[in-house]
Amino acid sequence: MTLNVAAGDLTQRTQAIVDRLIGLEGPLLPILHEVQDEFGFVPQESLPVIAEALNLSRAEVHGVMTFYHDYRNHPAGRHVLKICRAEACQSMGGDALAERVKKLLGIDFHQTTLDGSVTLEPVYCLGLCSCAPAAMLDGEIHGRLDGAAIDELVQEARK
Amino acid sequence: MGLVHEIDYGTPASKSETMVTLTIDGVAISVPEGTSVMRASMEAGISVPKLCATDMVDAFGSCRLCLVEIEGRAGTPASCTTPVAPGMVVHTQTGKLKDIRKGVMELYISDHPLDCLTCAANGDCELQDMAGAVGLRDVRYGYEGDNHVRARNNGAINAKWMPKDDSNPYFTYDPSKCIVCSRCVRACEEVQGTFALTIEGRGFGSRVSPGMHESFLESECVSCGACVQACPTATLTEKSVIAIGQPEHSKVTTCAYCGVGCSFKAEMRGEELVRMVPWKDGQANRGHSCVKGRFAYGYATHRDRILNPMIREKVSDPWREVTWEEAFAHVASEFRRIQYQYGRESIGGITSSRCTNEETFLVQKLIRSGFGNNNVDTCARVCHSPTGYGLGQAFGTSAGTQNFDSVEDSDVVIVIGANPTQGHPVFGSRLKKRLRQGAKLIVIDPRRIDLVDSPHIKAAYHLPLKPGTNVAVMTALAHVIVTEGIYNEAFIRERCDWSEFEDWAAFVSDPSRSPEAVEAYTGVDPQLIRGAARLYATGGNGAIYYGLGVTEHSQGSTTVMAIANLAMATGNIGRKGVGVNPLRGQNNVQGSCDMGSFPHELPGYRHISDDATREIFEKLWGVELNKEPGLRIPNMLDAAVEGTFKGIYIQGEDILQSDPDTKHVAAGLAAMECVVVQDLFLNETANYAHVFLPGSTFLEKDGTFTNAERRINRVRRVMTPKNGYADWEVTQKLAQAMGLNWNYTHPSEIMDEIAATTPSFAWVNYDYLEKHGSVQWPFNEKNPQGSPIMHVNGFVRGKGKFIRTEYVATDEKVGPRFPLLLTTGRILSQYNVGAQTRRTENVAWHAEDVLEIHPHDAEQRGIREGDWIRLASRSGETSLRATITDRVAPGVVYTTFHHPTTQANVITTDFSDWATNCPEYKVTAVQVSPSNGPSEWQQEYEEQARQSRRIVGKLEAAE
Repeated sequence: MTLNVAAGDLTQRTQAIVDRLIGLEGPLLPILHEVQDEFGFVPQESLPVIAEALNLSRAEVHGVMTFYHDYRNHPAGRHVLKICRAEACQSMGGDALAERVKKLLGIDFHQTTLDGSVTLEPVYCLGLCSCAPAAMLDGEIHGRLDGAAIDELVQEARK
Repeated sequence: MGLVHEIDYGTPASKSETMVTLTIDGVAISVPEGTSVMRASMEAGISVPKLCATDMVDAFGSCRLCLVEIEGRAGTPASCTTPVAPGMVVHTQTGKLKDIRKGVMELYISDHPLDCLTCAANGDCELQDMAGAVGLRDVRYGYEGDNHVRARNNGAINAKWMPKDDSNPYFTYDPSKCIVCSRCVRACEEVQGTFALTIEGRGFGSRVSPGMHESFLESECVSCGACVQACPTATLTEKSVIAIGQPEHSKVTTCAYCGVGCSFKAEMRGEELVRMVPWKDGQANRGHSCVKGRFAYGYATHRDRILNPMIREKVSDPWREVTWEEAFAHVASEFRRIQYQYGRESIGGITSSRCTNEETFLVQKLIRSGFGNNNVDTCARVCHSPTGYGLGQAFGTSAGTQNFDSVEDSDVVIVIGANPTQGHPVFGSRLKKRLRQGAKLIVIDPRRIDLVDSPHIKAAYHLPLKPGTNVAVMTALAHVIVTEGIYNEAFIRERCDWSEFEDWAAFVSDPSRSPEAVEAYTGVDPQLIRGAARLYATGGNGAIYYGLGVTEHSQGSTTVMAIANLAMATGNIGRKGVGVNPLRGQNNVQGSCDMGSFPHELPGYRHISDDATREIFEKLWGVELNKEPGLRIPNMLDAAVEGTFKGIYIQGEDILQSDPDTKHVAAGLAAMECVVVQDLFLNETANYAHVFLPGSTFLEKDGTFTNAERRINRVRRVMTPKNGYADWEVTQKLAQAMGLNWNYTHPSEIMDEIAATTPSFAWVNYDYLEKHGSVQWPFNEKNPQGSPIMHVNGFVRGKGKFIRTEYVATDEKVGPRFPLLLTTGRILSQYNVGAQTRRTENVAWHAEDVLEIHPHDAEQRGIREGDWIRLASRSGETSLRATITDRVAPGVVYTTFHHPTTQANVITTDFSDWATNCPEYKVTAVQVSPSNGPSEWQQEYEEQARQSRRIVGKLEAAE
């Protein structure tokens, strides 16, 4: 799936976000978040616009953007499913859960199903260790997952 | 001989004056407070293993190899990030430390190729050294796991592997050898200040990325070489090292490009130059470099270089190669014939700002004592002659007041008519470093230069004045300082003539000189001028740096005086961090002026009419000197056109390309009977020459250059002159052919003669330079340490002189036919007329000159990006491509003059500075219109140039 946005439009929309948030203390991360919300990912063409406004080099903005896993450089599927891979979840069967989801969707981590419905990602701790194993679908967290629960989540995502 | 080795102390020196004593491995050592344990150890002669630390950048603490144990402290702190403390007891080698270090190295090596024998860094690899230092014998992890080393893992594509990037013409980036120590990233940020590199990704996925995962050439990288120097492995390596191998000996010498005068180690293998590496002890550059000095030396061995002397009867004939003896005899007899026929004053010469002090001294000596006249001039005529005149008038010396280190103590910096990041890049980097520490910047320039707004740099004020109105703006700044009472009365009363100040204060206070009144013609918002004036006068140590944008105007000298006035009025003279600093263009333009290259001045800026000075030289040289000043370059050309000036000896200057009004220069040269050009290449001037004497490069001779801070630096011969003789030897042999009894066997003897005759150089000699590296003149009984900063306890002339600076608009005015103002400048990768840099890989960055034009002006004329345009002035026209940018204001266009085919000086007029004849390059009224390609003049010129470069018996070089 590609998002066709005219380059000029992209620059303008990025600039508008920058103008709105530049007054914040440490505005770079909030700006990147907003840009990702706006376009579904952080287009590379946005980075020089942000760099220019914040008096940074484009290398620096690229460095920050690539440091955080949450910022993506290409669009995700319609839904994003994140499975926790941290220690607590692993000890509660997180690995098996992950394998099951991969099989169900027919994709590996960091991939998107062919129909563009789901992107699967690992995450390292959702802060839900007491309810391990845990996952997150489109920002909503789900705990104490077992086979049935995860099947239901996947089904919901594929709709 | 061997290599010049420099000790890497791991972290930068501390400037503190408080000393701290500690014990390291049983050795007691005292170091300045704030020094790292790592540096203190190195100073005690104990080297702690390290990878991510190097003393060109701040400590980072990432490699975990430099850990130490400190008694009374828990754990194993990193010695690079731990500052010393009184009484500290440090152990750098314990069983625990050995284990940790070996473990760390094991991890590094498990993701590193094991091709040491065929690696370009073999013999110069810190990773290899550290593996040896920690005693690594085995890698328990094996090499089969996840890695960045191999393109394929067991047949499958390895997504973590990245191919080598060889887009930069001078160095390669091989990610497979990278240990992600971030030294390159930090060097780019802290030393160069470009911020072109970053670490992308995180954890095991971390990689060095130029720009946004771009190639080096496409990124913001300016190819200064700092990252290559910082790299501890073969990840960033000079292509020349890959091609040749590691150097085996080196000599410290001085760069022959701009007036910063950077010190370099010329690293050699036999007589082949392997690489130029900036020398840490170089006091102008402090271990930094730019793309020109670091990499662009390929011209020295370029196939265009002429290695045999040549003669021809007429300039339409092809060149004929002759022996040196024949060439010298021919020149001597021609010059004598011309003088016999047309009079003693009918010949002259031009000294070179590219050659050494000693060579320049010899050329003027040849003219004054051999030709018997004072028809000697130098290219400073067309660049900084107003500096010499203006500062001489105001302060009493024709030179800048500071050393480059001084910028580290500045609080407010004014940059006017200069573009340091392009023209003087190493100083530009040092300035940017200070600005990032919090100093404020005021830029006065028609163009939005990089310093106005670039990563981590933002000028507090940018005064985008109309070209040609410098004096009005500088005087308006003075108006604000005087009328608002923020001048430094105590300083003025003590150091300057108070009544002259009062006169000047009354002059600048006139309402007609207020920012509001001058806005109409300067185009600068009065509030900006007021703000800038207040900042400079009250913001702490204020320094002014200026360049050719100040001097190359019809009021160049006036602007220099206006700058001096401002500095004196605010008390910004005579200590660290302040001053008036001309950024001189050529490597030795300061030196060539010092050496008596002007027709009216003997070495040391002493007027030719002064009997006592003449007597010194007359006694030593055994001739009588003419007491009348001779002809300046423009006068020589005028006289040639009139028929009274017939012969000229031009050493290392391309006046046809660099001097204004090309057609007039061509006519002057064409009217002469014997034009002798001494140069590396058949330059544009050589098209009109009758004799060509091949020159030698800075790598092929001994001597000294004097940089913009008056620093006399040694130039050292590292290879035999390809043409047979160093330039000073050529001049000497020519002098001998003309009957002069010169017998110098080494340039040091010439320096001794300079010292013996010139008070400001009295104590300069090669032994001292050998011992101390360099010295800043004046260096004599009164200044036994040289003079890093001038006018410390009072001005050289006595009292500082305030001079009225009346703004007079240039005669070059825009009108309906020529509605735009053209101003000219430089670009980082090219140097001056480009004779050298065009013959290097630097053309990758700047293959042709382009015209910058504002979108509004372009649209009006139907000009699109990259279009050919015709650029016409009252003097002539040329064609080049346009680029559309709002760096220039509407009504202003801008171009560089690095390429001869552009012929930007066909356009420039022959207006010049009222005091010194310095041409007004920076203002020309022009019109721009669409065009189909090169103009008729350019095509004719190309053909004529091609014709005049023919050499008998040699095929034309295929371009």
